[in-house]
Amino acid sequence: MIPELGHFALIVALLLALTQAVLPLYGAQRGNFALMAVARPATQGQFAFIALAFACLAWSFLANDFSVENVARNSYSQLPPVYRFTATWGSHEGSLLLWVLILAFWSTAVSVFSRHLPEDMAARVIGVMGLISVGFLAFLLTTSNPFERLLPAAMDGNDMNPLLQDWGMIIHPPMLYMGYVGFAVAFAFAIAALLSGRLDVAWARWSRPWTTVAWAFLTLGIVLGSWWAYRELGWGGWWFWDPTENASFMPWLAGTALIHSLAVTEKRGAFKAWTVLLALIAFSLSLLGTFLVRSGVLSSVHAFATDPARGAFILGFLAVVIGGSLALYAWRAPKMITGGAFGWFSRESLLLANNVILVAALGAVLLGTLYPLFMDAMGLGKISVGPPYFNAVFVPLMAPALFLMGVGPLARWKDASLPGMVTRLKWALVVALATGLLLPLTLDGFNAWASLGFFLAAWITLAVGVAFADRLRPGQGGLLQKLAALPRGFWGMQLAHFGVAVGIAGIAMVANYESERDVRMDVGSYAELAGYTFTFRGTTAHDGPNYRAARGTVEVSRDGRAITVLHPEKRIYNASGMGMTEASVHPNLFRDIYVAMGEPVGDSGAWTVRLFHKPFINWLWLGALFMVVGGFLAAADRRYRIALKRSELPKRVAAQGA
Amino acid sequence: MKPRHRKLALIALVVALLGVAVGLVLNAFQSNLVFFFSPTQVASGEAPTGRAFRIGGLVEEGSVRREADGLTTRFVVTDTARTIPVVYTGILPDLFKEGKGVVAEGKLGADGLFAATQVLAKHDENYMPPEAAHAVEQAQKAQQTMVAE
Repeated sequence: MIPELGHFALIVALLLALTQAVLPLYGAQRGNFALMAVARPATQGQFAFIALAFACLAWSFLANDFSVENVARNSYSQLPPVYRFTATWGSHEGSLLLWVLILAFWSTAVSVFSRHLPEDMAARVIGVMGLISVGFLAFLLTTSNPFERLLPAAMDGNDMNPLLQDWGMIIHPPMLYMGYVGFAVAFAFAIAALLSGRLDVAWARWSRPWTTVAWAFLTLGIVLGSWWAYRELGWGGWWFWDPTENASFMPWLAGTALIHSLAVTEKRGAFKAWTVLLALIAFSLSLLGTFLVRSGVLSSVHAFATDPARGAFILGFLAVVIGGSLALYAWRAPKMITGGAFGWFSRESLLLANNVILVAALGAVLLGTLYPLFMDAMGLGKISVGPPYFNAVFVPLMAPALFLMGVGPLARWKDASLPGMVTRLKWALVVALATGLLLPLTLDGFNAWASLGFFLAAWITLAVGVAFADRLRPGQGGLLQKLAALPRGFWGMQLAHFGVAVGIAGIAMVANYESERDVRMDVGSYAELAGYTFTFRGTTAHDGPNYRAARGTVEVSRDGRAITVLHPEKRIYNASGMGMTEASVHPNLFRDIYVAMGEPVGDSGAWTVRLFHKPFINWLWLGALFMVVGGFLAAADRRYRIALKRSELPKRVAAQGA
Repeated sequence: MKPRHRKLALIALVVALLGVAVGLVLNAFQSNLVFFFSPTQVASGEAPTGRAFRIGGLVEEGSVRREADGLTTRFVVTDTARTIPVVYTGILPDLFKEGKGVVAEGKLGADGLFAATQVLAKHDENYMPPEAAHAVEQAQKAQQTMVAE
């Protein structure tokens, strides 16, 4: 009964989504307030029914109802309850249900926090989100019903993919989807602006906090995915330029360009048409990301779900959303190109450079990700584009952007003085150059890539310092008072930029100074790596709730001093018979020691073992966390709330003027 | 500078930047494409020597041999029509098994031995790497047409 209830709830949700889409959009076009007023209750009702459907599916998983096909294929009676719950979104169907749940959540958030918007604007935004929801719910109900029954019921399930049985995977998909779907809000605002013809500063100010929050979630989702891959795949890598990673990275690049371009539109009224276009692109790429990962078109580690039939629906949906929104853009946007003039050296021009570079990088990633698929689809042969391509393109493209990142926040709007900037930053430049040149010499001899990384990290950090020093010039009050008085938008931006610096320092260290060894280890033998001694003490049998494992014991010491004892495992999962390597890591702020088991050699208890020393790898995750917190801080800036109160006054007159 | 000139200069700058980016991208793209060849294609001499490429197919039953160091593995990749001997040093992925699909990247030696630098096996028991599936399918098709003739 419970699965049927969930199925029924989804159908009701689809009807509500249709109502939420059609009536308010029509009402807004006709100026009919009664129809516009339908938007909010329909949205909240839709959210309630999708939440009910999701709860039904989660219940089916928790109760081991193997008469539901989805449960039988993706869960297992011996699976610990927490993974049975997360298996709810481990499958193709479940993850799409999570997608629409999060979309309904964002829509409801908009319906609650949009009281200050003009009624027709709110109705259009909510209506557009309803349209997206209609598409996804129709997709779920027609091609991917998560509640499909299995007759006769299975005795037991096939188990969840062991790789997904990790708590990094519990929160990675929800966070990633919060980001993907969050861009739907920016998209809906952009479409609403195009429909109404009111593309003004107020629009940018409404759209900005939503976009920043979505960006922060997406950042968090990507980092969790990277961190999961690092620990769980047993290869010690944190980024593979795998198509699935690129699928989430492309909307991130577009989103990063968007939050910077929105800043120009909000503060100076410039770049309007461009900002709208970026909002359309960011969400289109989110849809493309969902399509790439969920239709099984990729040959990649993430290709769990393989069913090209579903691909046709999403491809059609993509064509409608992207084609439709671009057509609307081409029709409406040319009427809206106006904006403040600015000098060749100003914050606007620097942000323009930021956008040009980010979009170029996005194009490069898009080419490398889609070209092999295109060649394959055309029958022109199978090729792959590996990490060397992406690294060769990415580093030279991003280095100038990162250099400008130090200058941009210090430049004045409209017209900045280049000689003045040189005076303010000359010491920062000298110190950063010295850091870049000298630091590698103290580590392992000169290394140009490491130098570049350390230079950029030091440069951005010092520029953040200069920005704070500028704001804290002599005046009333103590230092702490002045710090507390700085706006959250300023704190958020500086923290996020500092996070980038920390992340670059980590990447420069780990990419240039990590060491790795595959060794055969007999019981009692030892191996050396990066000054650490690893002694292998053999393996013991170890039984988990749904797997059996050989658990190794590896003692790690340095100069005769014991550091830690690691227990890497080689597991065989009961239901699937699938083998999996569970690496064991000893982390600290300055390095990770990482041990993974290979295979047994002979009968003497010897194993092949993979040893890693990863200097400063944790700075990568730490830097990314600073970016996430910075994003949330910036979105919480007081001026958005003050702006909300002011914008309650009719804005039409001002808008028509612009 | 007049505003109009300024605008033109800015546009020229953006175009120049984009030009540099596009050049960089295409150059890197050209030199980093990795092509795929099936064992049949390798046997007929279609694959390059001295340049890295990918092969795919099934790991032939009974072909996996480990050397005494425990790290060097020799195996044979087959598309059911032709085979390629492969050597790889390092730890193999969890799902590397005899009779299962595999994709390897590396270079072909003059002696016909494929020295792999990377071995990929996919993370699902029932899932076949598309390249491997493609190689086997092509070989079987070719055999059927030969029988028909």
